[in-house]
Amino acid sequence: MPSLKERLNLDQMKRSVLDSQVWRSMFRHGYEDTPRNRVLMVVDNLWLHLHPTKIRRHAIRIRFTWCMGGVTFLLFLYLVVTGVVLMFYYRPVGEYAYADIKYLEFDAPFGMFMRNMHRWAAHAMVIAVWLHMLRVFMTGSYKPPREFNWVIGVLLLTLTLLLSFTGYLLPWDQLAIWAVTVGTNMARATPLLGSEGPFAEMVGVTPRFDARSALLGGTIVGPPTLLRFYVLHCIVVPLIAAILMMVHFWRIRKDGGISGPL
Amino acid sequence: MAKEDKVVGSADEMAKTSWERVNDKVHVWPYLTRLEFMCAIIITILLVVWSIVIDAPLEEPANPSVTPNPSKAPWYFLGLQELLVYFDPWMAGVVLPTLIIVGLMAIPFIDVNPKGNGYYTFHERRFAIFTFLFGFLVLWVWMVVQGTFLRGPGWNFFMPWEYWDPHKVVALTNVDLPYMLGFRSYWGQAACGAVLILLWYATIPAYYIWRRERMKNVGLVRYLIKASLNMTMMGIVAKMVLRIGLNVKYVLVTPWFNI
Ligand code: HEM
Repeated sequence: MPSLKERLNLDQMKRSVLDSQVWRSMFRHGYEDTPRNRVLMVVDNLWLHLHPTKIRRHAIRIRFTWCMGGVTFLLFLYLVVTGVVLMFYYRPVGEYAYADIKYLEFDAPFGMFMRNMHRWAAHAMVIAVWLHMLRVFMTGSYKPPREFNWVIGVLLLTLTLLLSFTGYLLPWDQLAIWAVTVGTNMARATPLLGSEGPFAEMVGVTPRFDARSALLGGTIVGPPTLLRFYVLHCIVVPLIAAILMMVHFWRIRKDGGISGPL
Repeated sequence: MAKEDKVVGSADEMAKTSWERVNDKVHVWPYLTRLEFMCAIIITILLVVWSIVIDAPLEEPANPSVTPNPSKAPWYFLGLQELLVYFDPWMAGVVLPTLIIVGLMAIPFIDVNPKGNGYYTFHERRFAIFTFLFGFLVLWVWMVVQGTFLRGPGWNFFMPWEYWDPHKVVALTNVDLPYMLGFRSYWGQAACGAVLILLWYATIPAYYIWRRERMKNVGLVRYLIKASLNMTMMGIVAKMVLRIGLNVKYVLVTPWFNI
């Protein structure tokens, strides 16, 4: 009969967990520090396998990439998670939207915190994308063979701004509708397609049927606009952005990994 | 300096052979993954603390009949709102933003300089870096800062120590450039404006002919796109200078549109 002390041997317990069939079925590799295991840690893990197994020494320096692409992606993930939580409480209807935000702030558990996280992460993401673009430019990383990934990047930048802009309307307060009014007024001036733009008479667009009213679902920023922006903000734009991010990451690998002096 | 600390593109790094440079590799696990992990933790802590300390703004419920003054677009679009001072909405809100996006996408295809690919350098690509930083820092970042902090009611300009007086009166004495130059008839003004704009863009072929030896590796089509984008960006600056310095309203006036 083993003594109590022997039975509570921590090493023994750890080994029996790590050696169990259940654990082994989930995690194939331990932390054994061999070159082979280091490679397996990356390629056998869905989340890590986007990485190559080995990477050029300069590419892991913060000073080279500023880590800004990764930070942008991290912020995007936080926005998805907090955004889904907000969706549980928010209804994109003129009568409810503002009240739902108030409810979220005062009554929903961690509601204010979730809203703050979502808002600030959105601002931070815009800044992070700008910085990422700045560093990609400064290292000349758009040069062949990475031209196309830069183009994808510009699309991602545009989508990031659009995400932020469509989300701006959703609290349905004064700040929201007037900022979006200022922003969408420009659409009225689109050449050919806007009712006040050059050559509008020739095309025959009217304030009720032009580029701006298609965006707003009416002639002013009203409840139909709220619904449109909600659908764009929660479904259309994030979906396109997520797809383009996959292409972006895949291209980084296919273009030979992070750029560096050849 | 330790081996890890060498600056990319530094002299001793460049002294290596290409083969040595490209094959100087480390394992992603743990060298990259641990950095990503650290980065994620730091960003998370910052974001959580920020969200605990500062609440997101929420103003009065939306009311279409009460227009706040100033009404501002979200901060990242304030550069475009600023352009409205100098251009009509179809330019500031539609044409120029489109050109910005297209122009950014075109960068890899119009910059044919093979140097500076994958490392920091200024002297090997002075023009490219100067142009980009000018657009990024002056026309974008600075415009956002100015739009946020220095533009008050009526989109009037206020110094940081000035009170945002909603009744500030600013004399609107703007005149069109052709009028200033002495053209009085309607079509005379239109023709003068068109000539001025053509002259501005005529610098493009002129420069090409002057520097044709150098342009050989750029190619005509690429040069034309590159130079038009560049002259358009500089044109924005020119219009700003004319407007702020000489109170010029339009350069070109036509029955259909004004620039
Ligand atoms: C949602 C936005 C974006 C995300 C999540 C993203 C993510 C990333 C990540 C994680 C990398 C790896 C290297 C690094 O972290 O710097 C990267 C590289 C790159 N990104 Fe982005 N990016 C975004 C937007 C952009 C934009 C706006 C541009 C340029 C206009 C761009 C162009 C590039 C290029 C050319 C590379 C390759 C850099 C190299 O090889 O050194 N990306 N991106």
